[in-house]
Amino acid sequence: MTATDTLAAGAAQAKQHVIDPEVCIRCNTCEATCPVGAVTHDANNYVVDPSICNYCMDCIAPCPTGSIDHWLTVATPFTLEDQFGWTELPPEPAQEPADALDAEAAALIADAHARAGGRATAPASAAKPRINVFNRAEPARATVAGNYRITAADTDSDVRHLILDFGAVPFPVLEGQSIGVTPPGTDSNGRPHAMRLYSVCSARDGEKPGANNLALTVKRVAERQPDGSVFRGVASNWLCDLPRGATLDVVGPFGATFLMPDDPQADIIMICTGTGSAPFRAFTERRRRAMPWASGRLYLFFGARTPQELPYFGPLQKVPDKLLDKELVYSRLPDAPREYVQDRMLTRATDLAALLPRATTHIYVCGLRGLEDGVEAVLTEIAAAQGIDWQALRAAMLADGRLHVETY
Amino acid sequence: MPDGMQVDYNGLIPNNVGLNDDARVRKALETWHPGYIDWWKDMGPEGFQESLVYLRTAIGVDPKGWAKFDYVRMPEYKWGVLLAPAVEGRTIPFGAHKGEPAWQEVPGEYRAMLRRLIVIQGDTEPASVEQQRHLGATAPSLYDMRNLFQVNVEEGRHLWAMVYLLQKYFGKDGREEAEELLRRRSGNEDSPRMLGAFNEATPDWLSFFMFTYFTDRDGKMQLEALAQSGFDPLSRTCRFMLTEEAHHMFVGETGVARVLERTCAAMKEAGIADPNDIEAVRALGVIDLPTIQKKANLHFSLTLDLFGNEISTNAANAFNAGLKGRYREDKLTDDHQLTSDTYPVLRPRDGAIVEEQVPALSALNMRLRDDYVADAQAGVGRWNKVFEKAGINFRLTLPHVAFNRRIGEFSAIPADAQGRVLDAAGWEAVRDTLLPTEDDNHFVVSLMQPEHRAGRYASWIAAPKVGIDNKTGEFEYVKIHE
Repeated sequence: MTATDTLAAGAAQAKQHVIDPEVCIRCNTCEATCPVGAVTHDANNYVVDPSICNYCMDCIAPCPTGSIDHWLTVATPFTLEDQFGWTELPPEPAQEPADALDAEAAALIADAHARAGGRATAPASAAKPRINVFNRAEPARATVAGNYRITAADTDSDVRHLILDFGAVPFPVLEGQSIGVTPPGTDSNGRPHAMRLYSVCSARDGEKPGANNLALTVKRVAERQPDGSVFRGVASNWLCDLPRGATLDVVGPFGATFLMPDDPQADIIMICTGTGSAPFRAFTERRRRAMPWASGRLYLFFGARTPQELPYFGPLQKVPDKLLDKELVYSRLPDAPREYVQDRMLTRATDLAALLPRATTHIYVCGLRGLEDGVEAVLTEIAAAQGIDWQALRAAMLADGRLHVETY
Repeated sequence: MPDGMQVDYNGLIPNNVGLNDDARVRKALETWHPGYIDWWKDMGPEGFQESLVYLRTAIGVDPKGWAKFDYVRMPEYKWGVLLAPAVEGRTIPFGAHKGEPAWQEVPGEYRAMLRRLIVIQGDTEPASVEQQRHLGATAPSLYDMRNLFQVNVEEGRHLWAMVYLLQKYFGKDGREEAEELLRRRSGNEDSPRMLGAFNEATPDWLSFFMFTYFTDRDGKMQLEALAQSGFDPLSRTCRFMLTEEAHHMFVGETGVARVLERTCAAMKEAGIADPNDIEAVRALGVIDLPTIQKKANLHFSLTLDLFGNEISTNAANAFNAGLKGRYREDKLTDDHQLTSDTYPVLRPRDGAIVEEQVPALSALNMRLRDDYVADAQAGVGRWNKVFEKAGINFRLTLPHVAFNRRIGEFSAIPADAQGRVLDAAGWEAVRDTLLPTEDDNHFVVSLMQPEHRAGRYASWIAAPKVGIDNKTGEFEYVKIHE
């Protein structure tokens, strides 16, 4: 799909790929790199042909200047002649970085972030995410290198740690980003299945440092219905049943805001339930590998029904407290009252109250929809006890890229 | 995925050339490695080896693996051996062997010539690191410091690239040459680097920007010519290096542009309209425009010498042998053999500079130099846009190719920036208006005060329009280790 195709298909607006002539040094790297011949030049400018560019992104990384990473929202694409005549880019209202160039993936992320209470932005120090490096026309082929159950075998909750290896194809992903997969086959109406997004749970340099792979945390959806039948999620069951050696197509990565700060002073409060722990496993691993000496701390509030149903319960016991301040919270322990993450946050009110006003504090919430309500309530309470208006603070943190909510 | 795209990061030396299965070359490189690290620590960036620098490392040689940004201590940078993907069925694109399959091994009859080409290219890489090793101490910002170090680590990687070719294809001779590359020192009287411009000092950041703009651009032209080579491993090596070299062009072009922007802005703030009111402009703590022109004159003319003699049988032989082509040979539409073509060359004749047609084969250095001048001129045009935008009545120009030359046709005659031939007295009379004087250099050096606060820039240079890796202005590009 090109910008011209999109508009021809009746869209009101399309993204046009352009090069900033004020930053470009005319080094020819993009033209030499472009696999479809979309980049050309005259004596004045290097330009992108909107009828050829298919957003494959091959030109983005090699560009030494960043001038090629520009996208204009247009009703009519600028022609080559228009672009040859530019001395600077035409003005355009400032825009947030896109989460995805794929409409379906963008909609999924927008929905997951809907409860953030406003437009999310990435932390200022976060590494720049690459998005849509692989699209549905040209997905990356991954091989399942491991598929392990990470909840106890005798529980109903079957959560899997799935390792996908990309072989020789670099798949650049940051902690907090998602990838897209589509189950094979068609639905009951004969249409292809919808895309699913899964957060990566491994660090940017791979499940093992330097390995060209990533890991996902996938829960098998099998819910007993009121009529006694069991609803089985198509995508999750497909993924959970993939044997080692199976291959699948992966698109993405997606997501440009739910990213970790690349700042050793950042304190990161991570609140999750179930597979919402995936990005936080990635954050923790990244901090452990890249900045074990960091002065900022990681705080994890992680809820599950029982220890047996808490993903990664075993491995979590081995993570030193110095790296990760862990609060594992259970709502179905025999002989104990039900406790939820927000209850444990209240127990830690003193620590959280000290963290809230700091400009280095980042809060991330990830899990099933509804989790954010309890978290909101308890943060309001903790803040109020300090005379802090949580609504004002949360708005500031949100604008600052220090508050993130991803629920589904 | 074509073969050879995957980079193996498991061993000591990241590579996509199958070092794991090539015990001889792996051992040779591993033996060379400690000497390289010693060289880097002795002659690499002084004072910042322990600092964390936000560097770009290639994790694959295809476009998607190209740029991985992260904090790295420079001695731990992943220097590796990376070749661009092989092109299946590639043939020798020019010269007497045109159309024959590209060589995967060194052709015996050209062994010495090829080794010489690789050694000369290789010698420039560590040389510039040596020339620039003191600049970190006076970096005008963390952003610029990071860019300097990125240039330095990539020059180091380019040395690796050439050393790999020497070790892999030239046996004992190659090993000795590889050792020599670590032994010579820029500016050293006893064992200098091979080419003149690489023995000049880089005393200040304006010189650094001019060097990366003008002299690294020679590197780009040479790499472009070698990327055409019929010796396929050299071609693939140079193709990958060109992607890195583009970053060096970027540092130079935007560095000078930012100096110009800052000077123009300061002049406007102070209400100074006359660029030649040097005293008044310097009093603002910015570099006056005539001094910038002089620096450009110097670096441009020094760099032209790197192209060698205009009329050269060595260049003709290298082309004929299929070892070194012309700039973007693959885009040219002639017979790629040049046996009966001519090419116009400028030469001094009887006190004037005249154009003569000479056999095209012998004028290949001249041709590459012409392509270089056109490439350099385009960027100067973009610099001049800074003046237009600011409304300052000034233009930078490139001096005539005869100006201030030490090598080639014009080395015997003094000429001014317009190419008028002068006598000795005439040259003395204009010299200080065309080349930086001691006073000029002293002034520029006096401005070189370090600025280590994130997001801040020294008085004489503007902030960049966009950050590296799209980072925002406050980003700490170097975490300085005290």
